[in-house]
Amino acid sequence: MNHSFQQLRLDAVGRKFDTASGSSVAALSGLSLDIRRGEFIALLGPSGCGKSTALNCLAGLTSLSEGSIWLDDTRIDVLPPERRGFGMVFQNYALFPHMSVRDNVGFGLRMRGVRKDEIARRVQSALNLVQLEGHENKLPGQLSGGQQQRVAIARAIVIEPPVILMDEPLSNLDAKLRIEMRAEIRRIHRQLERATIYVTHDQDEALSMADRIVVMRTGSVQQIGTPREVYGRPRNLHVARFMGYRNVVDFRVVRQVDEDVSLERSQIQFNGTAIGTLNGRQEVAVAMRPDDFQIAAAGQANSIDAVVRTLEFGGRDSLLSVATDLGDLYVRLPGAFAPGDRIRLHIPADRVLAYAEAA
Amino acid sequence: MSAASLTVAPTGDRRSWLVAPAVLVLLALFIYPFIYGVVISTQPLEGGGFWANYSHFFTTPSQWGTLWVTLKLAVPATLINVGLSVPVAFALRRNSRAQRIVTTLLVIPITLGTVLVADGMLTFYGPAGWFPQFLQGFHLYMDEVRLTHNFWGVLISLVISGFPFAFLLTLSYISGIDPTLARAAGTLGAGPWNQFRLIYLPLLVPGLSMAAALSFVQAFAVFPSAILLGAPAGPTRVISIAAYEAAFEQYDYGMASAIAIVMGFVQLLIVCAIFAFRRAFYSGPATSGKG
Repeated sequence: MNHSFQQLRLDAVGRKFDTASGSSVAALSGLSLDIRRGEFIALLGPSGCGKSTALNCLAGLTSLSEGSIWLDDTRIDVLPPERRGFGMVFQNYALFPHMSVRDNVGFGLRMRGVRKDEIARRVQSALNLVQLEGHENKLPGQLSGGQQQRVAIARAIVIEPPVILMDEPLSNLDAKLRIEMRAEIRRIHRQLERATIYVTHDQDEALSMADRIVVMRTGSVQQIGTPREVYGRPRNLHVARFMGYRNVVDFRVVRQVDEDVSLERSQIQFNGTAIGTLNGRQEVAVAMRPDDFQIAAAGQANSIDAVVRTLEFGGRDSLLSVATDLGDLYVRLPGAFAPGDRIRLHIPADRVLAYAEAA
Repeated sequence: MSAASLTVAPTGDRRSWLVAPAVLVLLALFIYPFIYGVVISTQPLEGGGFWANYSHFFTTPSQWGTLWVTLKLAVPATLINVGLSVPVAFALRRNSRAQRIVTTLLVIPITLGTVLVADGMLTFYGPAGWFPQFLQGFHLYMDEVRLTHNFWGVLISLVISGFPFAFLLTLSYISGIDPTLARAAGTLGAGPWNQFRLIYLPLLVPGLSMAAALSFVQAFAVFPSAILLGAPAGPTRVISIAAYEAAFEQYDYGMASAIAIVMGFVQLLIVCAIFAFRRAFYSGPATSGKG
């Protein structure tokens, strides 16, 4: 297909599935997204959010119920998978068990009728790229999980696809290898200068790898933004919860000037930041991340007294569960604590996010 | 605690005697009759030495000819049964309503038994049966339709009784192949035919050769339908009829045993050939990577 493409465009893509009872359920609805050449996009969400459906729609393994997909000016959602020419890395790798590493990687080229010597050359350079030289004649069953993963990547990239699709490719690897492979996949992405669309349920993975993150929930897009935006300013409470804002407390709005809001609950006053419009609501949900708390200096605003209840030691810092007048909160602090310690916590106003939703 | 009880019994452990009853049953039910057959096959009724029965078999055209007659039935029956079961099982590989209905329909001939199937076939395919009447009634074929009491009658019966068996085996092998593999091949540019040819078929070879071996052994031992639907005096005088005649018409158990052993040897030869063919192919798990 067209390798010099500039843009992959999803226009209100949706997919419905029939249920056993005869009704239909939208696994994905209204996904609109422009992906530029060279971009790394992560589709992030809990299982069942529609991210894999979106990927299968892109690959052509699932047909669309509505919307369209365009590669520059070519409409591609009407093409079968074998004519889209996207490279896909499956969660279980889907390596052909009866073919050697060389034949697995060369399969796509063989299907394209590439000459034998040309196949050999390109397979070798793809294997060099994923650093798997010397394993050409092995069967997939003779490789470790990490090596199989590299074969799957080599097989997807050797056809020089305009877009590479990855469906939770690291979820079967152990923690250490997973972190190594993140960097590896980023490196390969940069070298190829194509678009990568990466499905994951792991926030850290999405934050560390992607240029832009598409956060999804029950089939619909919740937020599209850079890792910094999604992490720092989740658009709604669902995204906030998913991105690790573990403390969600109802507050009353006392005063609002643009984004700055004064909040109150049980005689505790906090200054916070309104996300989106609060619609003049009095009751708002306030989300605070455990990592954004710190020990308060004397007389500091946005502070609250707390008693340590339990703690989980985490090396550089500890995750504490503390009792406060706002109820139990999770905070992550460096230093040594013991259950029963009395502390005073502070959180900056720009890290207190108010949403026009009920907690 | 549990680790101690899981340790392997040391060699020479008395518990190994527990295998004795099983060995005795095997000896009594399988090994002894087999050895007995081999021994009496080398003791010809009319004398003549160790190999007399075998040389008689291979020098008498009415005897060794049964080998060809049987092979001419068993080989096409095996090829039809296995060959037909591949596309049918492939079309029904996803667990669906159609798969359940077809599977149920096909299990019925297995449960009916050869004699009942033969009786039904005589009514259906016989000279005045429904099938010839249908062909002639609709002017589809005007010559005499002869599908019973000849080669074709036996072949059809072998397909009716053997196909469901081959189909069920093939279906279980096909549904054991991870469908993601075909999807992966699709994203790499393989159309439906190449997905079948390059992914399903090679992964299916071990299973198909097993199905072919079992189908062949079953068809090669054909006996009731060769008599009921065939022409047991000539064109469908299969090897099991020759053995039956030797044993129960001439009361020559030595000759009958010799024929039975030739029959078993030919079956073994073909099965070994099939398995040798299978070894040329990949035969590991048909799933991808680590689950």
